[in-house]
Amino acid sequence: MSNPLISVSDLTVTFGGSRPVHAVNGVSFTVGTGEVLGLLGESGCGKSVTLRSLLRLHPPRRTTYGGRIEVDGHDILSMSEEQLRRYRGSVTSMIFQEPLLAFDPVYSIGRQISEAIRRHRAMDGTAAEAEAIRLLDRVQIPQAARRYHAYPHEMSGGMRQRAMIALALSCRPKLLLADEPTTALDATVQIQILLLLRELQREMGLSIIFVTHDIGVAVEISDRVAVMYAGRIIEEGPIAGIIGGPAHPYTRGLLASTVTQNMRGTRLEAIPGAPPDLADLPPGCAFAPRCSHASATCLASIPAYETHAGRGVACFHSLNDEGVPPSVTAKVS
Amino acid sequence: MLVYLLKRLLYALPIALSVTLVCFLLVHIAPGDPLNAVVPADAPAEVVNALKAAYGFDKPLPVQYVRWLGRALTGDLGTSVATGRPVADEVLSAVRNTILLAVIAAIIGFALGALLGGVAGYRHRGIVDRLATALSVVGVSVPHYWLGMVLTIIFSTRLNWLPAMGAGPGGSKEWLWDGEHIRYLVLPVATLMVIPLGIVTRTIRALVADTLSKDFVQALRAKGLSDRAVFLHVVKNVAPTALAVMGLQLGYLMGGSILVETVFAWPGSGFLLNTAIFQRDLPLLQGTILILCLIFVLLNLMVDVLQPLIDPRMRRS
Repeated sequence: MSNPLISVSDLTVTFGGSRPVHAVNGVSFTVGTGEVLGLLGESGCGKSVTLRSLLRLHPPRRTTYGGRIEVDGHDILSMSEEQLRRYRGSVTSMIFQEPLLAFDPVYSIGRQISEAIRRHRAMDGTAAEAEAIRLLDRVQIPQAARRYHAYPHEMSGGMRQRAMIALALSCRPKLLLADEPTTALDATVQIQILLLLRELQREMGLSIIFVTHDIGVAVEISDRVAVMYAGRIIEEGPIAGIIGGPAHPYTRGLLASTVTQNMRGTRLEAIPGAPPDLADLPPGCAFAPRCSHASATCLASIPAYETHAGRGVACFHSLNDEGVPPSVTAKVS
Repeated sequence: MLVYLLKRLLYALPIALSVTLVCFLLVHIAPGDPLNAVVPADAPAEVVNALKAAYGFDKPLPVQYVRWLGRALTGDLGTSVATGRPVADEVLSAVRNTILLAVIAAIIGFALGALLGGVAGYRHRGIVDRLATALSVVGVSVPHYWLGMVLTIIFSTRLNWLPAMGAGPGGSKEWLWDGEHIRYLVLPVATLMVIPLGIVTRTIRALVADTLSKDFVQALRAKGLSDRAVFLHVVKNVAPTALAVMGLQLGYLMGGSILVETVFAWPGSGFLLNTAIFQRDLPLLQGTILILCLIFVLLNLMVDVLQPLIDPRMRRS
């Protein structure tokens, strides 16, 4: 990947106010054309904020961005408002967690899709309507022509999310941002939506950044995952590698706290404590107060992000395959 | 949709009917005899009884109600005890004057309120927002008859710019659209629009701020819509609730301007109501209240019909 479609380097996002909130603190990653990156983490870790920054959706008067975001040659953070409007929806589009809230309740879903089409593609009302119906059909909404006139509250959650996908893909974007799009759905519907997204992604050669806190969902859809904690990426790598051998104690904790079928009777592990206050971050590693491997170094300074063979991790005591930090092993032997 | 409209119309009928019943009873529950005001205290008993029979006050209440209602349906609201003129004529000419005042006050108050509230909602916690909030609190809290008197003192008595009383030069009751008559509108309208201005500002501000914080506004921006296009979405979301509030406010303006009309001696329904109360003119009182209540019912009906036309979620029948 000599020239990735998306390249984010050292992104910081701060929300102003009397107590500034440092939501994203130096995030860097790249996503290639046709690649799906899963962005994994707990609520409040900065994954959604990072995602929305790619469209510069945060309220401009309260938000300070730092670093650089490049998508398909566009320098997002230095765009004018007009350039931004042309970019939004056409190069990069987004699907949201709760489609009932992400659709305007007083317009039919068809109108909202053709509205986007007319905004970005040179089509008149009739052509845009026909295109919107074609898209609704493409995302497997039955009786698409009739559903064009349906209002959001008249559809089921799964149908609404399909319509949301149709809307997001209506202007043939290169990058799709997915903000927990399956979290609000039933398990069976979740799978259908994930399969549909995967299929459309292959067909259109889309790049997707998929934010989720559900490891199962991330496994289903992603080529690569990045794990975020307190506004930083703390581990990144191919999905199989991360699942098979997490290097960061937080990733390990996250995987161990997942409920799976074969765990009946065994104790579910939880990470003790709570994520740090983003307005008052500790000086060292943000996970150190909750980490069983933490040492004095961890509390004092922030570990550098080191990459090796397609994997990256930010930890002074990154774990080997046995789940024991090499430094600890060295002391014991 | 059509079913909903018919249903809503059908619901309006029993409401209107109970309004007539309450109007009728209110007057009869009040202490005192309706004839006391017009008949001298030392009138012979047979004169009083003859008058009672003439007005139908000697019959039992249900009979009086049915007869009154029956006549009211044909447009006959009885005769004013004080003036001897038909109540319907008195009420209609007064209501015309009140509608003039209320509608102009509503148009200006609603427009200014929507503008202020809209800007305040968009610029949450900005200067305009604080100003609008302060203004709306003052608007809602200031007693409007007091404001009317203060305005009269300043602009009529001190500066002598505007007339203080009446609806036209020389106490004329016929309204004309000329500069001379419009001068008489300025102070009552300014006084009357303060409350709806305050309430509409506050409502629209809250609605706009709430709508802007919704996910779908972000989603609209995310698909590249301009601020103007997003604004149109916001308007359509805010409109149903705003309309409901405005309909109620217009209703209050129609009926609740009794004090303002009295302060400015505006020959409207409020003024008439005031006269009727103090003269114990029961048929006039009943007729005026009835017409005002029916206007209120009609306004609510209109709002209920308009709302689902804008918001599809209200179309369930």
